Amino acid sequence: MTGAALSALWGHWRRHPGQSLTLVLGLALATALWSGVQAINAEARASYDRAAAALGQNDLDTLGASDGRLFDQSAYVDLRRAGWLVSPALEGRLRVGERSVTLRGLDPLTAPLAANPVDLSDPGDLAPFLRGEVGYLHPETLATLDPTLLPLRVAPALRLPLGVLIVDIGAAQRLLDQPGRVSHLLVWPNQPRGLPALDAVAPDLVRRAPQARADVASLTDSFHLNLTAFGFLAFAVGLFIVHSAIGLAFEQRRTTFRTLRALGLPAGRLVGLLAAEVTLLALLAGGIGLGLGALVAALLLPDVAATLRGLYGAEVTGALTLRPAWALAGLGLALAGAFAAAAQGLWRVLRLPVLAPAQPRAWLRASDRGLVVQAAMAALLLILAGIIALTATGLIAAFVLLACLLLGAALALPPLLSGLLALAARRTRSVLGQWVLADTRQQVPGLGLALMALMLALAANIGVGTMVSSFRMTFTGWLDQRLASEFYVTGRTQDEADAIRALLAPQALAVLPIWRAAQPLAGAPGEVYAVADHPTYRDNWPLLRAGPQVWDRVADGTGLLINEQLWRRSGLQLGDRLDLPGWSAPVVGVYSDYGNPKGQVMLSPDRFTALYPDAPRLGMAVRIAPEAIPALRAAISDRFGLPDALMIDQAAVKRFSLGVFERTFAVSGALNVLTLGVAGFALLTSFLTLAAMRLPQLAPIWALGLTRARLARIELARAAILAALTALYALPVGLAMAWTLLAVVNVEAFGWRLPMFLFPGQWAVLGALALGAALLAAVWPVRRLARTPPADLLKVFAHDR
Amino acid sequence: MIARALALVLSLVLLAPVASAQGFAGLGTDAGEGFTRPERGQPLVFPRDHGPHPDYRIEWWYLTATLTGEDGRAYGIQWTLFRSALEPRRTTGWDSPQIWMGHAALTTPGRHFVAERLARDGIGQAGVTAEPFKAWIDDWRMTGTSGTADALDRVRLTARGVEFSYDLDLAAEGPLVAQGDEGYSVKSASGQASWYYSQPFYRVSGTLELPDGPVRVTGQAWLDREWSSQPLDPDQTGWDWISLVFDDGARLMGFRLRDRSGGGYTSGTWIAPDGTPTPLAPNALRFTPLRIARVAGRDVPVDWRIELPGRALDVTLTALNDAAWMATLTPYWEGPVAITGSHAGRGYLEMTGYDP
Repeated sequence: MTGAALSALWGHWRRHPGQSLTLVLGLALATALWSGVQAINAEARASYDRAAAALGQNDLDTLGASDGRLFDQSAYVDLRRAGWLVSPALEGRLRVGERSVTLRGLDPLTAPLAANPVDLSDPGDLAPFLRGEVGYLHPETLATLDPTLLPLRVAPALRLPLGVLIVDIGAAQRLLDQPGRVSHLLVWPNQPRGLPALDAVAPDLVRRAPQARADVASLTDSFHLNLTAFGFLAFAVGLFIVHSAIGLAFEQRRTTFRTLRALGLPAGRLVGLLAAEVTLLALLAGGIGLGLGALVAALLLPDVAATLRGLYGAEVTGALTLRPAWALAGLGLALAGAFAAAAQGLWRVLRLPVLAPAQPRAWLRASDRGLVVQAAMAALLLILAGIIALTATGLIAAFVLLACLLLGAALALPPLLSGLLALAARRTRSVLGQWVLADTRQQVPGLGLALMALMLALAANIGVGTMVSSFRMTFTGWLDQRLASEFYVTGRTQDEADAIRALLAPQALAVLPIWRAAQPLAGAPGEVYAVADHPTYRDNWPLLRAGPQVWDRVADGTGLLINEQLWRRSGLQLGDRLDLPGWSAPVVGVYSDYGNPKGQVMLSPDRFTALYPDAPRLGMAVRIAPEAIPALRAAISDRFGLPDALMIDQAAVKRFSLGVFERTFAVSGALNVLTLGVAGFALLTSFLTLAAMRLPQLAPIWALGLTRARLARIELARAAILAALTALYALPVGLAMAWTLLAVVNVEAFGWRLPMFLFPGQWAVLGALALGAALLAAVWPVRRLARTPPADLLKVFAHDR
Repeated sequence: MIARALALVLSLVLLAPVASAQGFAGLGTDAGEGFTRPERGQPLVFPRDHGPHPDYRIEWWYLTATLTGEDGRAYGIQWTLFRSALEPRRTTGWDSPQIWMGHAALTTPGRHFVAERLARDGIGQAGVTAEPFKAWIDDWRMTGTSGTADALDRVRLTARGVEFSYDLDLAAEGPLVAQGDEGYSVKSASGQASWYYSQPFYRVSGTLELPDGPVRVTGQAWLDREWSSQPLDPDQTGWDWISLVFDDGARLMGFRLRDRSGGGYTSGTWIAPDGTPTPLAPNALRFTPLRIARVAGRDVPVDWRIELPGRALDVTLTALNDAAWMATLTPYWEGPVAITGSHAGRGYLEMTGYDP
């Protein structure tokens, strides 16, 4: 019996290969998008973890100057001679041709095992390393550099983080021109008993717990959360397809189920067999989805890596490795999704009365009560979204808000359409018109899921599109303000920078400092910049909030500027004092600082020099006529041999910044397109489903004298109307989503709020796309209808079930 | 001391790259390139020779002490500072091609504590000066405290590990003893040699800090000073080394070199109670393992029969603690032993090259 039942159930899939394909493809697509995003996130996280582990920072305390500056290595010797087990480190940037790497100097003889670059038991490694002849670099970073430009021989080492060149501490001091200086000390986890107190030996150093330095991961969390949210959206849309395909397969087999039950198959076993069938299909589709997901991830990862590097300075490998974690999660999600989609069908089979008529459910007009329940749920979700928008804070809350908004709006769509069609039907005089509207209304429940998917995809496109375009407009305008200087030069050493400044001063209108120092701000990594008193800034700098005489206050050292990120994060208002090590001053202005995740402070050059005497003062912005730049560039190049990468004109900086910007949103764009594709596919499957079941409804109309061609045209028009209504409805939903992204998610994730601009052109394109997708999806079933042999239509009456 | 064996191992650790690196970046292929070799007939000069000899490849200040606590229990401590040169020069800063390594141990009948320190030369973290005499790495110190006599006559010795520390005062009750020919100590038939002298007559008092609390101790200590540039013969696989202090005031330093063929070569010095050294004829001293213990995954002979027929010596050495394993970068066994038989006393035993 079980065997017979199995062959009967599988016979359905054999007879309907298209439906099988739809189901597997739908689930595979959903799994692919979700697992692709997961794969990207997993890869990035692994890179961060490796970075943190190789720095010896996951479980090692560090000692450093309270202001983060370099200090004399005598503090290290004092601590060692007092018995403290510490190891010196010097970190800085090293330029290698056009690129730069983090140069980290360590002492292999005292470095704790976790941080030790050299295997002391392998004698071949130690001597050349100590001599400063050999450094270690991750092979992937090595591949991006010109080895002839490296100051020493580099050996590849896989366990190192990307972008970090490990050398001996002595070599690091030489290469960074910091003789006798160190940036921090690594503290061994097990210290001898009876040591003198730390502050008695090294009163100027502060001990920091390891997590205080693991900053990259926390900075990029929001970015990954963004990606994850997109992944879930795509999965949800994919589930609509699966739901409709599985639902259809269950509907069409109701007669089979009844027959099997009548023949004596217990309901439990039937459900068991169906569950096994769903499991098998889910695993098959999940497997395909994982493959596609890996493909999606591999295609997107280079862009994501570039974004993370450009935006956060985080090094992420561009190559994808298969990790069991996301592969298993992907399969699990495929299974869960398939069962969620099949749950309703299974439940019905379990409760199917043996003698009940095997009438397809789609025949039944959706009960108004079902729509009322759906409408009530939608209202509840939308109210919840409103409450969250008004009260909650935080990135998670922002995404919950988005989820409530989208789900509520989606659930509200079928009742809304139904109501609209009912309203229109009452106003229509023509009989045919009334029939078309009533018939359309009857199809809303069947098409509902597909229309919801289309609506979600459209809304997401409008939302993300509006956000990206608003951001781009704001960003380009901001770049114009911010990059007022025509030419930017950076010296490699202090002496060189001073000499270049001297060379430039007589030729340029102004040479403005670009000096910066790392400085923790509001408990997170931040930076302090020097800003000169010059019309370049007074006239152009993009201030969001400004007190009276803001530039005078900064210039005379009685005030400072902070960026929007720090302003939002710290809650400081104009006039509040910001504490820096050794100085505090009131905030006199807030400036927008897009594309930078860190908090930032600007103060006068004099103040800067007083607070950070050790900070290298290498950068300068040059005000000069653009046509004079080439000659200037040549002069600097001839005299100092400065590589081109250190001399950038305004246009190049803008190009680079916009490049970072475009890459950042390339991922969003790609996911958007994929989501829309999935939604279109969902629509197609729904139309196909309905077309197959609608023959009995159309037969009487045809019998009344309407030609098949006319019927087909009506069907097309119906698809167009539904798509148009859905698109129209998606517009406010999408705009609400855009607002949430701009005013809530961006603020939480990046620390800046953007003005919202409207782009009706984009909407028109999307509307046309939706209409096109709907028509395209309708064409195939309509063609079939137009070509249905009259005999088939007649059979409807003969076979009246 | 035993250090000769260890030093060779050490030299392999730190210097083998020279040989194995196959022409890396101008590293010499000849292990002895640029380094001074000991030459017979150059007298030792003090206090100069208490200090470092950076033109030699390897050097050590090696002290062991057998101690008795107020509680009546036996203890032993080790304090060693090794110098190893990548190149025969010294400079200030990280570029100085000299490396310092410290080993400290404290042995009780039930526990054996070990600590190891490595340090660069040239930044003040570790080093040795002859006048005034100071040898240190981190907070471990061997400091001369005598005002007028030889710098090594009075010494203060400290070291600290995670679980232990000690602080001892040492006073010499006899003269420095030159090993070999006026300090020129031949190490092999092919002529490898080192400079080698000892101070085997220290009386010790001080305090040990153990996890259970402090213990006041007294006892005897033995300091070895040795420097050389020549690694051992590759055929030699390890050493068994002893420094014995007999109750009648005489001392014996002896060693057995083991080679791959299974043969051995023994030598040593008999030191009379007044400090007069008598080099032993090759293979006059006989080493016989009596008991093998399983230590750190290795089979190590911890009890020995030592015979020197010319002195009517036939004694048994019994380890205070079988587990006196030095789990350092270059692992070896080193611990105090009790002497019974024809002569009674206490001493130290070092064994290297017992591979798992």
